[in-house]
Amino acid sequence: MLEIEIDGKTVSVPTGGTVMDAAALAGIYVPHFCYHRKLSIAANCRMCLVEVEKAPKPLPACATPAANGMKVKTHSELAVLAQKSVMEFLLINHPLDCPICDQGGECQLQDLSVGYGGVESRYAEDKRVVANKNLGALISTDMTRCIHCTRCVRFGQEIAGVMELGMAGRGEHSEIMPFVSRTVDSELSGNMIDLCPVGALTSKPFRYSARNWELSRRKSVSPHCGLGSNLSVQVRNNRVMRVLPFANEAINECWLSDKDRFSYEGLNAPDRLVKPMIKQGGQWREVQWKDALEYVARGLKDIASSSGAGAVGALATPHSTLEELYLLQKLMRALGSDNVDFRLRRSDFRGKTRGAPWLGMKIAQISELDRVLVVGSLLRNDHPLIANRLRQAAKRNLEVNFVNPTSDDFRIKAKNRAVVSPDDMGGMLENILNALSDPSKAAGDAGNIARSLASGKHVAIFLGNLAEQHPDAARLHDLASGIADRLGAKFGFLGEAANSVGGYLAHAVPAGDGLNARQMLENPRRAYLLWNAEVDLDMNDPKAALAAMEQADMVVAFSAYRHKAYEYADVMLPIAPFAETSGTFVNTEGLAQSFSGVVSPQGEARPGWKVLRVLGNLLDMSGFDYENSESIRDEIDLSCASFDNSIEEEPSALVAAPGLQRVGYVPIYFSDAIARRSEALQKTALAAAPCAWMNAALMARLGVREGEPVLVRQGEGEARLNAALDAALADECVRVAAGHPLTANLGPMFGLITVERL
Amino acid sequence: MEQILLKGLDGDRTWHLADYVKRDGYAALRKIFSEKMTPEQVIDQVKKSALRGRGGAGFPTGLKWSFMPKNYDGDKYLVCNTDEGEPGTFKDRDIMRFNPHQLIEGMIIAAYAMGIKVGYNYIHGEIWETYTRAEEALEEARAAGFLGENILGSGFSFQLHNHLGYGAYICGEETALLESIEGKKGQPRFKPPFPASFGLYGKPTTINNTETFASVPWIILHGGEKYLELGRPNNGGTKLFSVSGHVNRPGNYEVPLGTPFAKLLEMAGGMRGGKLKACIPGGSSMPVLPGEIMMDLDMDYDSIAKAGSYLGSGAVIIMNDTVCMVKALQRLSYFYFEESCGQCTPCREGTGWLYRVVDRIENGHGKNEDLDLLLGMTDNIQGRTICALGDAAAMPVRSFVKHFRDEFQYHIDHKKCLVPSYA
Repeated sequence: MLEIEIDGKTVSVPTGGTVMDAAALAGIYVPHFCYHRKLSIAANCRMCLVEVEKAPKPLPACATPAANGMKVKTHSELAVLAQKSVMEFLLINHPLDCPICDQGGECQLQDLSVGYGGVESRYAEDKRVVANKNLGALISTDMTRCIHCTRCVRFGQEIAGVMELGMAGRGEHSEIMPFVSRTVDSELSGNMIDLCPVGALTSKPFRYSARNWELSRRKSVSPHCGLGSNLSVQVRNNRVMRVLPFANEAINECWLSDKDRFSYEGLNAPDRLVKPMIKQGGQWREVQWKDALEYVARGLKDIASSSGAGAVGALATPHSTLEELYLLQKLMRALGSDNVDFRLRRSDFRGKTRGAPWLGMKIAQISELDRVLVVGSLLRNDHPLIANRLRQAAKRNLEVNFVNPTSDDFRIKAKNRAVVSPDDMGGMLENILNALSDPSKAAGDAGNIARSLASGKHVAIFLGNLAEQHPDAARLHDLASGIADRLGAKFGFLGEAANSVGGYLAHAVPAGDGLNARQMLENPRRAYLLWNAEVDLDMNDPKAALAAMEQADMVVAFSAYRHKAYEYADVMLPIAPFAETSGTFVNTEGLAQSFSGVVSPQGEARPGWKVLRVLGNLLDMSGFDYENSESIRDEIDLSCASFDNSIEEEPSALVAAPGLQRVGYVPIYFSDAIARRSEALQKTALAAAPCAWMNAALMARLGVREGEPVLVRQGEGEARLNAALDAALADECVRVAAGHPLTANLGPMFGLITVERL
Repeated sequence: MEQILLKGLDGDRTWHLADYVKRDGYAALRKIFSEKMTPEQVIDQVKKSALRGRGGAGFPTGLKWSFMPKNYDGDKYLVCNTDEGEPGTFKDRDIMRFNPHQLIEGMIIAAYAMGIKVGYNYIHGEIWETYTRAEEALEEARAAGFLGENILGSGFSFQLHNHLGYGAYICGEETALLESIEGKKGQPRFKPPFPASFGLYGKPTTINNTETFASVPWIILHGGEKYLELGRPNNGGTKLFSVSGHVNRPGNYEVPLGTPFAKLLEMAGGMRGGKLKACIPGGSSMPVLPGEIMMDLDMDYDSIAKAGSYLGSGAVIIMNDTVCMVKALQRLSYFYFEESCGQCTPCREGTGWLYRVVDRIENGHGKNEDLDLLLGMTDNIQGRTICALGDAAAMPVRSFVKHFRDEFQYHIDHKKCLVPSYA
């Protein structure tokens, strides 16, 4: 520790700390633009110049190492003079167009110019004008306002891991720009908007829609991936106008993925379901809630009494709230049916765990790991911010090893990548497990990975979405946990969705001999309750799901949207999305985060828990008299005792059939109903139409070329896609996205597939 | 008058190894190996010589070398700064053109003294021909066993490479130069850390100017004290001066430090047309001095500094009384405006503003408050930037206005030039 005196206060700074760190510890604000605690130090804005005793000139606080006995004055005459002179230079070419600038009111330059700027400029020359750049659908540019702090550039290089912006040109002609005719396509790009201290980079979807002082800020939790990012949802006139990160070092730090940030557009999508509807005689008509729910209650009673309650099945997405999932299963069980499941994209339901499967550790602990094995995960696609934690740790001493059917560039320094077909993933894990008995002798990827893992002190094995959606998921689970046991490592699931853990805590899975999500399709039911689920997009086997819905006597779709259920459902009931209801998401580390609604429900939509409460009452069930969502939550055991990744029964290996294998995955902006409906996200490069990705060898064997249309067949279904080259895909695999309308006619996410030239 | 750098360069093809060897070339290196001089002894001689960095800052070379970590396991680098871009300076180019082996020998000795195995010579982008000659010299030295593995059987190995820049002035700033070698945009790094601890590729690195390295073999061969005696205390040895402007014989002149300016002017053939009005004694970024002050000065670091300027790179720019000082400053300010890297605020925004105001005055649109504005601006740039380019842009403005304020005022008042030839 170093002792330094800053503005008369003595503070202790860790060795290696800077004057800026010392100021922060002393609670002293030093004006700055380029400095950001999460980015490398650039020291280019010069705004943080301070007086340091014995230094002949003012020094930048951000880049000056603290030294024992140093005496710093941040607001002395010399310091303020220097700061004011920098402000003058920053403003001479700045357009000062605050009245028409979206950043106005939350602009660091505007704020600091109040304290450090002159009333009138001494600059009488023409101002610089810089051409705007097209950075894509999410970031809007006004480059004349740029003050060249390079935060956006450093963010790309250091956090997102991909340099999509740079400063080209020299001197006055310096400009922040993307590569020629390229846009910013990173899944974390929106953070550049937050980082930009001026109005050079602003949010394209939000642009010109509100001034920030008109917005009320309300805390919420992201309903998308398993991370549970904390949100500051900003609202005007009962409408969500934008979403910004709510900093939480233990979860999302100060970042948000673009999905968390821009999905809010989906809340105001044109296809919002705002009235209860019943289909009668093939015609949809709007009805009162009371009529609709009585209709549903009557229907359920009729089917239960004629065919038994087991004829009813309930399917909910893991993006539903804990309270909704809990009440849904409670209702089903009160009805007498154990057919309830929220694991819609799973296909292998063997390998029941003793508790709720979870990350097996705290998210923040990822940063302390020194060895990790990630099995079956498209990290950037599925877990953008967990990927960032691994990326940052890999820059220190973390060795990251992958077992994946693809070799996507996660912009993480990888120690080893075993790229194997889905069928061979289990074999690879087995080899790693065997190699651990004598790591020095083992050869190949398995040996390298075993050696890497065995040499660590803080080791973790993670299963990603592909591993969970895999047809042999239970065996992957068993083998991975075996590797972890052997190493004394942490073991867990990255977690697909906001309530992938919460669904287990809510018991929204079959407990006895009830049917799971897959069995409910394979053994079609007479009635289905669909909770948020769009079966053609949210399920592992959309084709089977649609068929099951079409044959059913009654399908009740509880949804915020008028989706495809319009074609197959009998009742559509508008329930509130996360922003319009209170509820809880239990993130992948098992943290239950409750939130309140930030706006009132649109139209006749109602919070899901209230709908289920009334339905329970109509069905004369006891224990449905909840006053608020908190009282529902309080019934659920959320203690850490509920988490357990260990498997009750060891699964046997599946026998793989020879042939081309599908590698299914859900593209980042198709993961859930809200993200799918964000207009801006759907315009990004990451939301491009799915292709049939193959490696060069397979393309050559099939005689197809990149960009050519091909017919992809899986079981009875088929899809017309364009062939595309994924050079690093495992042999004899075709990567075809799921969760997308273009592929909704295909079968399960994994399995045999054929590709023909068209 | 003893010469060290230009001695014997009046012959043919002096840049070849054979010619250099005839002029005692590589004798210093042989001496080190045959006398088994230790690295400490080499540095000691350089310290005794009072050799100061010839690139402009005049930092004591021996002291700089002693900053390099000694018992260090990893790579260390030696870099020669031949990115000579300062207006008025053309001395390193001539060393490279006519005497490249002296530089190579100096670098080998330096590498030996600091235990360095790899070196780079960063050559200014606009002197392609010189670069090809430097490449030939390296080939010759390698073939003769002066470079490479186990040099002259000593067990010491050193690899040296030339690196051609792209002509950016800023790459003469040592950390921008390092960035450029690394393949990045040439932008200065903020210091600390200094190159001795975090240099090329993040490794300990020593960077010296071409002339500095080229002076080393003589120091080793004849002893540091002999070198010091050539010049003055704290200003050891000889110095190359690039004399340009209104003189009859512009060119490079090697004289002992401490030689009177009047003598140097005489060597350069005296004034061409008119009488001496002003002189920039150390390259365009150093403050200008009026002729009458210059005539009383000796050419060494301390004397020039006492008079309010700096010896800098030793580029002596002579201006006679037909020169309009406003026009001259306009030209200089344009240079710094063009060459600012744009990284930090005061320089990026300030150099353009300086130029525009000077340009306005030159073109008859100056305002009365402009001179104070200019001086105020230089206060706000100087000492506030990441590297010295901000200072380099500010110092000419400050000194031109200080010493020739009447000319600037005349431009503002009369919308025309005070100097008859420009009126």
